[in-house]
Amino acid sequence: MYRKILLAVDGSEHSKRAAKHAINVASLVPGAKVEIISVIDLSKVKTEVLHGELKQKRQQALEEIKSMFEKENVSYELKIERGNPGPTIVSFANKHDFDLVIIGSRGLNSLQEMVLGSVSHKIAKRVHCPVMIIK
Amino acid sequence: MLNKLKMEWFGNVKGDILSGIVVALALIPEAIAFSIIAGVDPMVGLYASFCIAVVMAFVGGRPAMISAATGAMALLMVTLVKDHGIQYLFATTILTGVIQLIFGIFKIARFMKFIPRSVMVGFVNALAILIFMAQVPHFVGISTMTYVFVALTLVIIYGLPRITKAVPSALVAIIVMTIAAIVGGFNLGTVGDLGEITRSLPMFSIPNVPLNMETLSIIFPTALGLSIVGLTESLLTATIVDDMTDTPSNKNKESRGQGIANIVVGFFGGMAGCAMIGQTVINVKSGGRGRLSTFVAGVFLMFLILVLGNWVVKIPMAALAGVMIMVSIGTFDWSSLRTLTKVPLTDTVVMLVTVITVVATHDLSKGVIAGVILSAIFFAAKISKLEVSSKESEHRTVYNVKGQLFFASVQDFVNSFAFKGKQDFILIDFSEAHIWDDSAVAAIDKVVLKLKEQTSAEVKLTGLNDVSDKLVQKLATYNKPNAKPSNH
Repeated sequence: MYRKILLAVDGSEHSKRAAKHAINVASLVPGAKVEIISVIDLSKVKTEVLHGELKQKRQQALEEIKSMFEKENVSYELKIERGNPGPTIVSFANKHDFDLVIIGSRGLNSLQEMVLGSVSHKIAKRVHCPVMIIK
Repeated sequence: MLNKLKMEWFGNVKGDILSGIVVALALIPEAIAFSIIAGVDPMVGLYASFCIAVVMAFVGGRPAMISAATGAMALLMVTLVKDHGIQYLFATTILTGVIQLIFGIFKIARFMKFIPRSVMVGFVNALAILIFMAQVPHFVGISTMTYVFVALTLVIIYGLPRITKAVPSALVAIIVMTIAAIVGGFNLGTVGDLGEITRSLPMFSIPNVPLNMETLSIIFPTALGLSIVGLTESLLTATIVDDMTDTPSNKNKESRGQGIANIVVGFFGGMAGCAMIGQTVINVKSGGRGRLSTFVAGVFLMFLILVLGNWVVKIPMAALAGVMIMVSIGTFDWSSLRTLTKVPLTDTVVMLVTVITVVATHDLSKGVIAGVILSAIFFAAKISKLEVSSKESEHRTVYNVKGQLFFASVQDFVNSFAFKGKQDFILIDFSEAHIWDDSAVAAIDKVVLKLKEQTSAEVKLTGLNDVSDKLVQKLATYNKPNAKPSNH
């Protein structure tokens, strides 16, 4: 069934919850593997350079997610990509033939979401395989 | 070496050419607007952007970074241009280059780490405020039509990307509003009213200023300010590109490169420039990664001016002001408002002092200096908190010193001791302390001698770490015969 799972994370609380569910799904299928993709938003790098604590927070969250996988013994691989998060995740997902994409429902910035629509929504619309959005 | 150079130039040809063109298009309105801020002909900023971009493509330390005429630098030139004229600006530009080259050779760039983040935030916020303020005279209280043009320009700039991101929206806004102004026959101020566009390549010329001490005393202060501001923005931008592309860069080479570029610019009739955060982010986001992108940006900009020069003068100032409002909104660090109450109070104070200093003096270098000094004072105050606890028994007293002992904390240190009563033996334990300078050792001398004198006890120091111990051995006088507590 869901052997090749893509988990998209951004370091938010929602993405940590999504990671938990990715682990749950992957543990049901023997030999399942989760690829974790984290996209560094190029438009936000300036903010991260000026506010170092934001970068620290993101890296810390990634470490937490990694240790969650290690604790549950689910095999994973971490990919860091750079670009516009929505399109980057979509093209990565469609290029690599995943059985399932898992993503948190909400990201870090609620204001931007209101104006531009959520990343998870865009992904659900454009990715070819089933998408699981974690509330 | 040769391979690396080949990669830096031709490792990403398609992406670099496309992004270079996008940047060139976005550079034109900014170069013109920054010239107008500085009070010089648009050509001065355009030549500067062309020369700096091309030279930096060869000698810069950070591939894919865009350097050109900038607002931060333009703001510093206003008074000089007004009081002494354009030739002095060229001379100042060359001197700025020389200072930056020296900074680069002596590796001053590493001192950039002494500029705290809160000062950097203050820097970009102040820059944004000044760029915005510089636009006000071009659209406030002129005519209703001017307001309409500014508003429409902003609508296009922020609306178009929702439909297509293929063309830079600022450029479309400029073109549409220029056509609207010409077709509608509105009576609006244009770029042509504020200066000329000459459709020719920049020519080599030596600034026409007397070479004497008087000239130096006029241009040196401005040149020094320009050097500091230029390097601050350039090295901040370089760090942003490092993070965006996950590749390292050579900051000292970048500083030398900025110097060389400004020297060249001064001889070719341009104004001093530096790296631009906004344009650089556009370049990297558009796919630019190599030196070729910077080169294309400069060359294509010049090509456009040679071809389209006659149209550029027709751009309404209101449209240009609209573009610059967008630039200032993009420059401002909005997340600093959100974190204002979350970060330590001292960081907020440093940021605000930097902004206020700049807005009051119109000089970013003064803001940086004020911010750095204030953070140094805050830092010293923070780590100068020293704790001395004491345990007293019948025959002996033990003082435990905890913290950093240096010039700022010696006062607290000395005041923590009880210089009265009789005691046989006093031990001062430094195992949780560090002794940093001669003020600290002098304070120890004073304490030991005073304790001996007042309590007639035997006083011993213990727990000094290696570095502290060496310093005490070298400088302390309390165990020398005839030592007296000094009065300071």
